[in-house]
Amino acid sequence: MEFTTPVLNYTLLSPILILLGAALISVLVEAFVSKALRPITQLSITLGALVLALVQVWRIRNEQSLTAAMGSVIIDGPAVLMQASILIISIISVFLIADTEHFTALAASLPGSDEERQAVQSGNQVTEVYPLTLFAVSGMLLFPISSDLITLFVALEMLSLPLYLMAGLSRRRRLASQESALKYFLLGAFSSAFFLFGAAFLYGYSASVTFAGIRDAVVGSGGNDVFLLIGISFLSVGLLFKVGAVPFHAWSPDVYQGSPTPVTAFMAAATKVAAFGAMLRIYYTSFANAQWSWTPMLTVIAIVTMVFGSLVAIAQRDVKRMLAYSSIAHAGFLLTGVIALNKAGLEASIFYLFAYGIATVGGFAIVTLVRDAAGEVTDLNRWKGLGKRSPWVATAFAGFLLSFAGIPLTSGFIGKFSIFSAAYESGAKSVVIAGVLSSAIAAFFYIRVIVLMFFTDPVEDGTSVEIPSALTSLSVIFAMIVTIALGVFPAPVLNLISDLATFIR
Amino acid sequence: MLNSLTLLMALPIIGSIVVALLPKTKETLAKQVALITTLIVAGATIAMAVNFQRDNVDLQFVEKYSWIPTFGINFAVGIDGLALVLILMSTVLAPIVVLAGWNEAHGGRWSVKVFYILILVLETMMIGVFAATDVFLFYVIFEAMLIPVYFLIGGYGTGQRSAAAVKFLIYSLFGGLLMLASIIGLYVMSGAQGGHTFDLQALSQLEMSSTTQNFLFLGFFIAFAIKAPLWPLHTWLPDAADSATPGTSVLLLGVLDKVGTFGMIRYCLTLFPDASKTFTPMILVLSVISIVYGAFLAIGQRDLKRLIAFTSISHFGFITMGIFAMTSQGQSGATLYMFNHGFSTAALFLVGGWMISRRGSSTIADFGGLQRVTPVMAWSFFLAGMSSLALPGMSSFVSEFLVLVGTFTRYPVHAVIATFGIVLAALYILIPVQKALHGPTTAGNENLSDLNLREKIAIAPVIAIIIALGFYPSPLLKVINPASAHVIAQMGFTDPAPTNGDK
Repeated sequence: MEFTTPVLNYTLLSPILILLGAALISVLVEAFVSKALRPITQLSITLGALVLALVQVWRIRNEQSLTAAMGSVIIDGPAVLMQASILIISIISVFLIADTEHFTALAASLPGSDEERQAVQSGNQVTEVYPLTLFAVSGMLLFPISSDLITLFVALEMLSLPLYLMAGLSRRRRLASQESALKYFLLGAFSSAFFLFGAAFLYGYSASVTFAGIRDAVVGSGGNDVFLLIGISFLSVGLLFKVGAVPFHAWSPDVYQGSPTPVTAFMAAATKVAAFGAMLRIYYTSFANAQWSWTPMLTVIAIVTMVFGSLVAIAQRDVKRMLAYSSIAHAGFLLTGVIALNKAGLEASIFYLFAYGIATVGGFAIVTLVRDAAGEVTDLNRWKGLGKRSPWVATAFAGFLLSFAGIPLTSGFIGKFSIFSAAYESGAKSVVIAGVLSSAIAAFFYIRVIVLMFFTDPVEDGTSVEIPSALTSLSVIFAMIVTIALGVFPAPVLNLISDLATFIR
Repeated sequence: MLNSLTLLMALPIIGSIVVALLPKTKETLAKQVALITTLIVAGATIAMAVNFQRDNVDLQFVEKYSWIPTFGINFAVGIDGLALVLILMSTVLAPIVVLAGWNEAHGGRWSVKVFYILILVLETMMIGVFAATDVFLFYVIFEAMLIPVYFLIGGYGTGQRSAAAVKFLIYSLFGGLLMLASIIGLYVMSGAQGGHTFDLQALSQLEMSSTTQNFLFLGFFIAFAIKAPLWPLHTWLPDAADSATPGTSVLLLGVLDKVGTFGMIRYCLTLFPDASKTFTPMILVLSVISIVYGAFLAIGQRDLKRLIAFTSISHFGFITMGIFAMTSQGQSGATLYMFNHGFSTAALFLVGGWMISRRGSSTIADFGGLQRVTPVMAWSFFLAGMSSLALPGMSSFVSEFLVLVGTFTRYPVHAVIATFGIVLAALYILIPVQKALHGPTTAGNENLSDLNLREKIAIAPVIAIIIALGFYPSPLLKVINPASAHVIAQMGFTDPAPTNGDK
């Protein structure tokens, strides 16, 4: 047997490599650096690595390569855009993660045990969330550039496993947090199994695990179509689970609620970009010619997802659960970009993902600020009169909600417009109509929160708004500026996207 | 330089920035800045109207800047006679509203400053929504202007203000989203036929099947019918008018609702001429129902603000009927009606608002014999009422007459039924006039104060305009007529020949 030396293009892979290297260093820091220096060291390493990776992504933005890692990753315009979005979202999420108040002092201890109490009293805060974040981000960077099913699966696990752990790190309500982590893990494991099952069938169909090989088989239509159908459906289950589409959404409200809010922000925004990035690539390249076999399925799922998400969100009394259902509805809107299957659809999806991700981090950042003596207050009834007590915080939250609702002059509107027009262009009018109607339903519960904050008198129950730390303010301000700027003057970003957004195969 | 619509739109925004920079305690200064800004804008608009070429049916004062080139979106503005009249009405009403409602911001949830910032931002949008010639720009302003109104009603209104604000917002958003679907349809079709664009002129040349046209038309029409509001989509209006401050109500009913009827002419008729013809019978029936239904409900109202709201529903029925009668008199009448309705509603709401704030009640039965106690206020209300019932000599008479004549030549049955609306109008105005102004002074009204100088200055121009245009409407009609004739000609209609009586 002949052995070929692997050839890697280190420049093109550098964003991922930087993060993995930093993650390893970060693990060592956790072990060897004194507890006083640990938080600041970890934060600097994490932010430094993310910024460096972003710079690298920017430098390779015009590169295209099929062979960066022996044919298992593709570097092209959409890859660069997705990676850049993930990194920017991660950076502003890390600003929130930096507030150690949200994380348990000793995750390994039993909730309520002496050990835990001791750790809290001695101020011995462990900071394992940073290496976990770095591992997760590197998995997310790999996910949308994978070009075969094996790499895709590795990336999926690489991004998921740290997230399962991060979900369980909450300082308050630790049992709920651990429950949500377990739930996320179990359901995630199921969906991984489905994913692998689908991958096996696709291999059976095309005798290849690479996207290009599957594409050739689909174009040549030589294989067994039943295998293809089973393969596509089961692979889709795995991917739809990650984006939280109905009926694979059940984990998301519980996990969003149980996780520490900074983790929720990171997970909600960055995972969605990564998962949709991978989904867009595989559907737009490998499965494009088998359009007839998956568009009806995805159309139904998209419609059900947006209608269900919007309707159920109305009934929520907890701000994190409400945002979870709203994110389900947004997953439905984003699926219309996959269904569109044209260049406009790809561009719109990338724009939407970025805009939505940034606004989501901003929204959750606000959630971290509203607290009482026992930690965050997520019960919406206690958000009454927030506009009176802290007008700026309430105004910023209202801005993010209006962007979610797709009101003009916010980024959400441009995103919605571009994604719906792409879907309409491809003939998927039913999705557009369902999308418009569920936007109307969704507007209702976003507005209800605005009413609560501005038009209801405050209740005196000790709820107060924390004075945001410098980093949290930075992340809210950045998110707000991006949300408004992309709504009022989106031309530069749209131009950049339309220059770069072409998949190579 | 002075004839720039962009500049006109920028002025109120500049004013609002100045107000925002003022310290919170300087409330009077904020009001003065707002008043001066709106006066400058009104002056600039009048100057523009003077420079407007009346016989030219093309868009004038055209400006176009690239905004989002990826989607072919431009910041494009330009006005014809129709838009000019409505912009003129909006900018003239704005300083009157500011002056008349000098103290109405004090009962609000937020500071006086915020109130005037919202009003000024709203004024920019009111100009923009009528001036836009890019459908996307129009949509953006159409939706964005809901936000300041929402906060004006919910933040400064009375009674069930937040419920009313939400109802208003949800109704409007729902209609807006339907319109968005139609706009996306137009955009995609323009892409298939020579390149993506939102230019109104280019979109009106699109070829589309009649089914598509019907669906897209409905998207636009329902949005406008909610705005206008047409029966059965009107239920948000009485609540909103009931809760809003008088000044906000004037802007809401007088200006914002006109966006609906303006949109019907500018967008429904221009973009979908065939679909407009298809739906005309249905729309006319709805208009007639609105006229009669609004009038009957107005008669039954015990509350002054709700009464005015229902009279408006009746009046919007007239306007919609005039638009869809497809005759040039009908069109001209409808446009003139929009202008006149703005002023007569303003008079009713402002004087009504003063009565209510003095008496501390908006129930009509609480008033009585005001003519003796507060003669100026009573006479102002009387004149406003006469204008609302379209008494000859008042401006609304001219427009109502034109609408009926224009409708009669093509749809005599509708016109005849609508004429009953005039009879009912006499009832719904004269009954409250009699109850509130005449008769013995009822208890609690003896010590009401009459209008002060500020209030007199505010109401005088409104009444002057109503009476002047009642006797001499031709300056406005000269601007409106060419534009209306142009719309009708574009639709492929000619006015039916008058029937001779001796046949």
